[in-house]
Amino acid sequence: MPTRRWVPWAYAGPALLLLAFFLVYPAIDTIRLSFLDRGGDVFVGLENYAYVFTNSTMLTAFRNNALWVGVFTLFTVSFGLLFAVLLDRVRYERIIKSIVFIPMAISMVGAGTIWKFVYAYRPASASQIGLLNAIIVGLGGEPVGWLIERPWVNNFCLIIVGIWMWTGFCMVVLSAAYKNIPRQLLEAARIDGATEWQAFWRVIFPLLRPTVAVVTTTMIVFVLKIFDIVYVMTNGNFSTEVLANRMYKEQFSFSNYGLASAIAVVLLILIIPMMIVNIRRFRRQEAMR
Amino acid sequence: MKKRPIAYVSRSTLHVLLIVLAIVWILPTVGLLITSFRPPEVVGDTGWWTVLVHPFNFTQYTLENYRSVIFEGGMGRAFLNSLFITVPATLLPILLAGLAAYSFAWMRFRGRNMLFMMVVGLMVIPLQMTFIPILSIFAKLRVAGTFPAIWLAHAGYGMPLMVYLLHGFIAGLPRDIFDSAAIDGASSITTFFRIVVPLSVPAIASVAIFQFLWVWNDLLVALIYLGGSPNVGPVTLRVANLVGSRGQDWEVLTAAAFVSMALPLVVFFSLQRYFVRGILAGSVKG
Repeated sequence: MPTRRWVPWAYAGPALLLLAFFLVYPAIDTIRLSFLDRGGDVFVGLENYAYVFTNSTMLTAFRNNALWVGVFTLFTVSFGLLFAVLLDRVRYERIIKSIVFIPMAISMVGAGTIWKFVYAYRPASASQIGLLNAIIVGLGGEPVGWLIERPWVNNFCLIIVGIWMWTGFCMVVLSAAYKNIPRQLLEAARIDGATEWQAFWRVIFPLLRPTVAVVTTTMIVFVLKIFDIVYVMTNGNFSTEVLANRMYKEQFSFSNYGLASAIAVVLLILIIPMMIVNIRRFRRQEAMR
Repeated sequence: MKKRPIAYVSRSTLHVLLIVLAIVWILPTVGLLITSFRPPEVVGDTGWWTVLVHPFNFTQYTLENYRSVIFEGGMGRAFLNSLFITVPATLLPILLAGLAAYSFAWMRFRGRNMLFMMVVGLMVIPLQMTFIPILSIFAKLRVAGTFPAIWLAHAGYGMPLMVYLLHGFIAGLPRDIFDSAAIDGASSITTFFRIVVPLSVPAIASVAIFQFLWVWNDLLVALIYLGGSPNVGPVTLRVANLVGSRGQDWEVLTAAAFVSMALPLVVFFSLQRYFVRGILAGSVKG
């Protein structure tokens, strides 16, 4: 298409300007700030980074971020895949899809309130108003402080909230890809005597792999930045701290801009490999176009 | 064809599994819904499931929580603020991302692919990283706490994902359409508004849902750029303040939480069919 040279820039320009202002410039400025002291006046070298990698709360945050990346990603993607594949075989697909997707439409504040009624803890003598403890007491057990019991119980309880919210996203994307697979392939495998299990792993899964890769990397990029669930439910107390919440606290509660920036830069460095994977995949896709 | 007994068993297992999972998924929300209709004095004493013993005994329900949230909690104002933030913060970036995606997909210029990958790559930047530098500029320009500031902020933050998703769709449109439009002498802007936009409705709708849900449910960006003022604060801020100030009044929180969910659920259910199709035809080529 013969276009004058400035034309593409007129189209892409406004978007690029917004990006430069809201994302590129702050990223560069944050890198600069990460080498300065709390007020941003004095150069302190790598002092902030040394703190990030030695402070015990920070190390807890690293451990929890790793836990989130592993557990959250594994369960959102596998539940998403499970729903996408199994729901295709039943007539009430749309209803269940909507039910699983609803949490995506709920704000984090709303979700926090919802889950308080699941995890609520009362001493054994009082009547339980949290669903989980009511079930446990009903079965003759002792009530559990789900959000207090550190470090595994409360962290897993927070991650469950995340899985509940984001499985819907994975399901929708994976289901769209699944429905794109020609039915004949599956039929052919069945006629050749493959069991459902074999048909899934040998025929369906290889075809879904690019989409699974997209969803997985998106989830990892997202969950490395996880903030709001922790902020709303425990604010990082009882060993549930994560990097983004720590960064927010350093910034707005303690006004330690140097340290907050250093945490941000570390987070950015952790996310970059995932993005490279994504971009490689995109290049390959472009080459086929 | 006669069904073998083993197929019948696995079919039943499938139904049981799916229905159990669906119940687990919806149960927390149901609990909240029921609680929001229960009188304050019983919410802290007994679990919400106790109403299910006599579900049709309507004396155990009340609309009082909703009344106090909607009319006393400043929720009406917050709801309007949310609308006033969300609608421009959804439409503006869609237009800009659409124009950019169109140029990346169908115009030739130096550094095009490189630039596009950089735009997508910006998805990695944690939002929290951007607040201090932006806030200090906003403060100098005296725009912190105004609606246009937050519109632009949401537009900037949503841009990488929107350009990525819309590009996937627009790049997939058939080349012939663009060739014949060029032969007919259509300018690029005519081509965009008369051809690209109408053909991309499913993709635009799905991107719009994402951005709408994101902005409507956002607390953090609003907290940073609008401050805590109830004059401009959205619903999420209102609910968060209720959690803070009336943390023990759970029945009020539950009603507030449902008020904040109402509109997103309506939007989701009404645009749902576009949503699935939009992603299908877009970036994901399974």
